[in-house]
Amino acid sequence: MSGSREKFVVEPERYEFSAGPMHHFELLRRDFFKLLGAGIAVFTMAKESGAMQETAPARGFHSEDLPKEINAWLHIGEDGGVTAFTGKVEIGQNIRTSLAQTVADELRVPFESVRMVTADTALTPFDFGTVGSRSMPTMTPQLRRVAAAARDLLVQVAAKEWNVPAEGLKAADAKVTDPASGRSLRYAELARGKTLAQNLPAEDPVTLATEWTIAGKSIPKVDARSFVTGKHQFTPDLRPAGLLYGKVLRPPSFDATITAYDDAVAKAMRGVIVVHDGDFVGAAAQSEREAQKALDAIQVKWKETPQISNREIFAYLKKNAAATSEDRYRKQSGSMEEGLAQAAHRLDTTHTISFIAHAPLEPRAAVAQWTDGKLTVWTGTQRPFAVRDDLASVFHVPESSVRVIVPDTGSAYGGKHTSDAALEATRLARAAGRPVRVFWTREEEFTWAYFRPAGVIEIKSGIASDGKLTAWEFHNYNSGMSAIETPYVVANRRIEFHPVPFNMRQGSYRGLAATANVFARETHMDTVARAAQIDPLEFRLKNISDPRLRAVFEAGAKTFGWPRKKTQEGQGFGLGGGIEKGGYVATFAEIVVDRASGAVRVVRVVNAYECGAIVNPDGLRNQVIGAVIQGMGGALFEAIEFENGRITNAHFANYRVPRFRDVPEIEAVLLDRKDIASAGAGETPMLGIAPAIGNAIFDATGVRLNGLPLAPNGVKT
Amino acid sequence: MPIELEVNGKRYPVHYDPDTPLLFVLRDELGLTGSKYGCGEGQCGACTVLIGGAPRRSCQIPVSAAAAKPITTIEGLEKDGRLHPVQQAFLDAGAFQCAYCTPGMIMSSVGLLQSNANPSSAEIVQFLQGNVCRCGTHARIIDAIHQAAKVMEEHGR
Repeated sequence: MSGSREKFVVEPERYEFSAGPMHHFELLRRDFFKLLGAGIAVFTMAKESGAMQETAPARGFHSEDLPKEINAWLHIGEDGGVTAFTGKVEIGQNIRTSLAQTVADELRVPFESVRMVTADTALTPFDFGTVGSRSMPTMTPQLRRVAAAARDLLVQVAAKEWNVPAEGLKAADAKVTDPASGRSLRYAELARGKTLAQNLPAEDPVTLATEWTIAGKSIPKVDARSFVTGKHQFTPDLRPAGLLYGKVLRPPSFDATITAYDDAVAKAMRGVIVVHDGDFVGAAAQSEREAQKALDAIQVKWKETPQISNREIFAYLKKNAAATSEDRYRKQSGSMEEGLAQAAHRLDTTHTISFIAHAPLEPRAAVAQWTDGKLTVWTGTQRPFAVRDDLASVFHVPESSVRVIVPDTGSAYGGKHTSDAALEATRLARAAGRPVRVFWTREEEFTWAYFRPAGVIEIKSGIASDGKLTAWEFHNYNSGMSAIETPYVVANRRIEFHPVPFNMRQGSYRGLAATANVFARETHMDTVARAAQIDPLEFRLKNISDPRLRAVFEAGAKTFGWPRKKTQEGQGFGLGGGIEKGGYVATFAEIVVDRASGAVRVVRVVNAYECGAIVNPDGLRNQVIGAVIQGMGGALFEAIEFENGRITNAHFANYRVPRFRDVPEIEAVLLDRKDIASAGAGETPMLGIAPAIGNAIFDATGVRLNGLPLAPNGVKT
Repeated sequence: MPIELEVNGKRYPVHYDPDTPLLFVLRDELGLTGSKYGCGEGQCGACTVLIGGAPRRSCQIPVSAAAAKPITTIEGLEKDGRLHPVQQAFLDAGAFQCAYCTPGMIMSSVGLLQSNANPSSAEIVQFLQGNVCRCGTHARIIDAIHQAAKVMEEHGR
């Protein structure tokens, strides 16, 4: 970020994530114990990586100095306290609690003795990011393996102490016991006076879910008391000594560039630092107001470019689909022509998906501090290591000079993958020579973050007279590929994704494009079923071969009482479901449409979900219900409006999010499959609600709504 | 003469401009960061504090207008290490996910229970309509308020 117009804003991943860069460093002899005190430290390597390596005590432990084959570590202190490290971030999904449960369970120690250190690039293993519902399927086994390795090591230490073979010894209740003699040693005693560091290969198997004692239980959120007392410090609550408050001058519209600039008046203000670097203009001062006053005093002329509005977006996406692109996806099997020829009913539908915003209640924030050429940044991000890499690259410092720490954060929903606030705070802090906080306003958050991509989806299908699908063609323009493949059995199908170049920032959103693809598919399925006069649930079950998907549909139907008879005017029932990221969801909704106003009220929702073995039932229920409520916003009324590069509803007053009055009675039906590895639950439980509501609206009114949001101004009947 | 604020029983001189919203004085000048910024427009309730016992959006009130009455923030609810019944009820109900809205939810709920000791679910919904929770923990918050109302009635306060 010199004067040379270097690109300042790092674009978010637009669609799905690919593997991140892997870095390999020489193993340095560093001291883990200086940081954590004496005891036993265990590092594990991914199984596929080579031979065991030595990890020995030295000075100044830094995770970036360890080889990346080492993917997990933990420490057992002389007091028996266990510290486990993960690059994952806590953003309300309760990962701090569920991972601590996992470690305690596998190490055979009380839950209370485990402390998780999360998302600190200097201390925790490299992690690609808290994204894509990967924490459960990848981090849980990694932590189980390191805990199992630590348990084995403790057994070996005890065996050596007693001079007996390790084979007969048992580890349980935070101690190693010799059943032959009845003697035992607590882990704390085994760790006492030691500085033992072992680097072990990760070994399977780990404890089966049927034998879990701490995992699988509803343990309350760790540190919950600090949240109800207001003591927990989110990023914007941090106040290091000498802190200045930064503000950034935002362009009047997307892609606007500076043509004239005069900051003489602002620079003359007392206690104000002004930075003009490329198209970045910012100020830091003793308070946000003073920083803002300085920005207000800067004379700037902008060159703007005309841009389309939300009214034209869908036509634009259809027209500008890239004919060739590496993001393009095409898959075909069988023959659409033959499939359609076999069909008794054929249907074409077009669906539209509006841009929506994540609107996390904690807007983007960062506190940056330079000390002797080294940079520490606290920021609410889902990708601390990516932010570190961005900072190192933008500010031309080695990665080892940058430390990114993520305090437990006020939610993200896929919206906090980028490093924007971190880069801004760091640029200002470098100029000020003092720590600087940048804390986006709600309007900035709505405007300068990124959006869930808009999209157009076209579907063509055919079904035979027995209700079996014979043909399925699916085209998604721009919104993405997650869950683009149908989970229903159909021999003849063509699936295509068409990326579209567009200047507005688009990126991940809870569930990615699966919310769009499942909405379109499940709406289409419902339309087909109604046209063929088959019950919508029966129609789906006819076309499902996956027993796990069948199970959630059946479990949800049972609790909901499908099919139901209407008991009042305007009442309707609908369902929708799907598979994504190892999770299976089926959602059933009851709605009432007010005949006079057209207002849609969601009365009751049953959300059936299965993601393998459940680690924390209460935490899972919280996610599965919360996903329905958040999903109701995008389903019914959320849409970003824009014109000429400006967001025209960048406030909670005109961007409607679900509130108390919108919340229906919601039941979570959780299927616990102890025989299947745990998958994530942050995203997939959200997928069924939009089609369930849309299909219920059709049931109530006969009006088929094919776009999201379904009814921002009610249903016209 | 700087403005003086009485917050959680303590008096603080204020040097920020008198028209600065109370929230920014609490957070940035006094270091009472339990009250949250969520929108700065009175639309989300994350900044709710009690002014003279009544729940108010501190982002909408100039600090000069808040000086006359005692202010209670989330930091002032806990007494001698004992949580306020509303805090305890939120804790017991697990009425949060990311918990960024929690201080504002709790302050609004305390305000509600002061004017209505035993609110119905519909009254709670009506009262909390201005408080945004993006994670979707609404039902647990309603449960927590019912529970707190019960405890407060039993303990005669």
